Amino acid sequence: MGLPPSMQVEESEEGRILTISVGPQHPGSGHFRLVVKVDGDIIVGADPDPGYVHRGEEKMCEYRNYIQNIPHLERPMIADSCGILYPFCLAVEEIANISVPERAQYIRVIMAELNRCIFELYWLGIYGIFLGHSTMFMWPMGDRELLIDLADAATGARVTHAYFVPGGVRNDLPENFKERAIRQLDYFKHRLDQYKDIFYANPLFLDRTQGVGVLTAQDAINLGVTGPVLRASGVKHDIRKVEPYDVYDQLYFEVHSMNEGDSYARAYVPFLEMYESIKIIKQCLEKMPSGPVRTKLGPNPRGPAGESFKRVEAGRGELAYYLVSDGTPKPYRVKLSVPSFRQIPAMPHLLKGAKLADMPAIYWSLNYWPVEADR
Amino acid sequence: MATVTQFSFADFVKSLLWLTFWILVIFTLVLLPIIFIVLFYVPAPEIEGIEITPYLLLTMMVNPEIGAPLIRATFETSFFKVAVFPGFTFAALFATAIIFIERKFLAKMQIRVGPYYAGREVFWWARSLEGLLQMIADLLKLLGKEVIIPSGADKPIFWAAPVVLVVAASGLLSVIPAAPGWVIADIDVGLLVIFAILGFFPLTALLASWASNSKYPFIGGLRALHQMISYEIPLILSVLGVVILSGTLNMSKIVGAQEPYWYILLLPIGAFVFFITALAELERVPFDLPEAESEIVAGWLTEYSGMAYGLIQLASYIKLYALAAIFVTLFLGGWMGPPVAGDLYLFGYNILPAEEGNGIFWFVVKTLGISVLMLLPRGINPRIRIDILLRTGWAKLIAVTFINIFIALALLYLGVAHPGVIGA
Repeated sequence: MGLPPSMQVEESEEGRILTISVGPQHPGSGHFRLVVKVDGDIIVGADPDPGYVHRGEEKMCEYRNYIQNIPHLERPMIADSCGILYPFCLAVEEIANISVPERAQYIRVIMAELNRCIFELYWLGIYGIFLGHSTMFMWPMGDRELLIDLADAATGARVTHAYFVPGGVRNDLPENFKERAIRQLDYFKHRLDQYKDIFYANPLFLDRTQGVGVLTAQDAINLGVTGPVLRASGVKHDIRKVEPYDVYDQLYFEVHSMNEGDSYARAYVPFLEMYESIKIIKQCLEKMPSGPVRTKLGPNPRGPAGESFKRVEAGRGELAYYLVSDGTPKPYRVKLSVPSFRQIPAMPHLLKGAKLADMPAIYWSLNYWPVEADR
Repeated sequence: MATVTQFSFADFVKSLLWLTFWILVIFTLVLLPIIFIVLFYVPAPEIEGIEITPYLLLTMMVNPEIGAPLIRATFETSFFKVAVFPGFTFAALFATAIIFIERKFLAKMQIRVGPYYAGREVFWWARSLEGLLQMIADLLKLLGKEVIIPSGADKPIFWAAPVVLVVAASGLLSVIPAAPGWVIADIDVGLLVIFAILGFFPLTALLASWASNSKYPFIGGLRALHQMISYEIPLILSVLGVVILSGTLNMSKIVGAQEPYWYILLLPIGAFVFFITALAELERVPFDLPEAESEIVAGWLTEYSGMAYGLIQLASYIKLYALAAIFVTLFLGGWMGPPVAGDLYLFGYNILPAEEGNGIFWFVVKTLGISVLMLLPRGINPRIRIDILLRTGWAKLIAVTFINIFIALALLYLGVAHPGVIGA
């Protein structure tokens, strides 16, 4: 009795190796394929295969003017739509030499941090599913609704806000926004404390994530990962501190990092960042001056020929736009550098030698979003 | 040209009426005479000195009082015990109830509503049921689905596995005593039978996974095999303490030996280990790694669909009921409890003595409690990894069960307890 035909491999030195294709239709992959070779329960090789949801965002930008580009640019990452739009607006403002009112800068920071929380709750929920923890999926997804309602009140849309525009934000905050935001953020903080006790202190969660997929600081720098993944390896690098944009240099917040570099650290650093986001939003609500929120622009805003490179710290890491203008209202070239794509090199590096059961724990802790990576 | 037949409700009702008419005609003209001819030749059984004749059966339709002894006699037949209570029908209904409780319970833990809408808009009486009809809807959905067999699958084994699982899970019911006398097979090797039947499950899971001819089921099947063989040893060892104290393998006598102290008070470690290993045996969270969704799709169930999948689920929930009932029998004093029920009389005839009704009540209540306790970890735990699972099973749990056995022996030799009589 031999192996079934589909599992037979050639008689070779690698006769023990079984190839498993995780995705693109697999509960644990998203729109993404990962070819995993296992020897027993140990992964001997992993080959990420992105590109299933490539939309040509960069080319699409070249056929639209700067304002028309706003809605479609947030489609690759609707869970963090403000984060992915932020550097585009900054870059256009630099090219067209547009100044942004101070109130608009504060509102941008509020919405960016709110979206960071929304994104990280979404991420945490899916991490729960990946670890087989159904409550860890339901709770963040339910609490995310409160923050989405808040964003909805401010922007008029639940997830795809299209709220940031070159020259400020689309509209001012509603009247009672401050009271409502503070009330909901207090509740959210209370919930985060509960998460800490119930999810992050669960011994089985610790068993599954601690010491799994350890990425050393040197490897993290060499592989070029960014964001919480980099900070979980002990490198305190945050664009909000290194290269502050808008009003981040006037706000007080901490950059959290951990030295372990394992899946637990990569899951815990974003969690700590949500506390910081609450702090930042509250400071902004206090400091925010009154005034206009959008600089009046002419039709088809354009700037002189030139280039601009702007980056921000999105929920997943460093998100950068390289914009080249040839003097026309449409960009000559737009290059997106998305954090998800930067995490791919770390994936085969960490998966090699890991156990098959650790694959989801490592894969999702890397903060890899297939749709964003493919752009 | 294709003809389109339109559905008409009036035609449907008409066809039903015609169907009823013909069934009645055939029943009176053909079936009734056949029954009477057969009854004429078959010797009639005797109940309480009364011979059951066709004439008596007919008079019972008019005067039901004569039927009460017959109902009691039915309770005592093997057929009733196997088919209804405490056998398959009861277990299947209990399993359905567990599924419903699990879904509502988990929903409450996760701040959701759970099944709620099934039948709500159609039947006025379904409004107060909070989605209980969802169970029926799911069953109909599974029945209506096609059973897809993957190409290259080993068809006989692929088909046989769900049936074997249901049969094996139902086999566990045969030795569980629900009340004094309410047991299908009151045999002296009851516990051995349970462990023999539990040995079927990993084998069937492996066969099913192999027959699926696919990689995810194959990995899932191997995981199921690893998990079950490494947890069956602590499972058996944890029960050894009970056997030492009671001195018997007969389930009914084990319950009898727990007068006045339940074994969970004397052997808490054994009960704990049994509970953990039962969860592993059932592949429930946190031990659901043979069905780990994020890695291997649905484990060894991946290629199953339609009612074949439904049968596997039914088997796993019947198994949950059976293991909860075994836990109750071994550690929680089985049917014993303070008296709550009186004699049950029907037309002046005692069809269910107080002792038995009381036993059934306490058995069902305790089993339901333990079942809910088995569902609880699903809401609070992630899945554990296979190597942690194996290390826990082989190193920690087996060591702990030996402590449990030493405690049982100490109780025995110190004279605190000896076989059959505790506290004497």
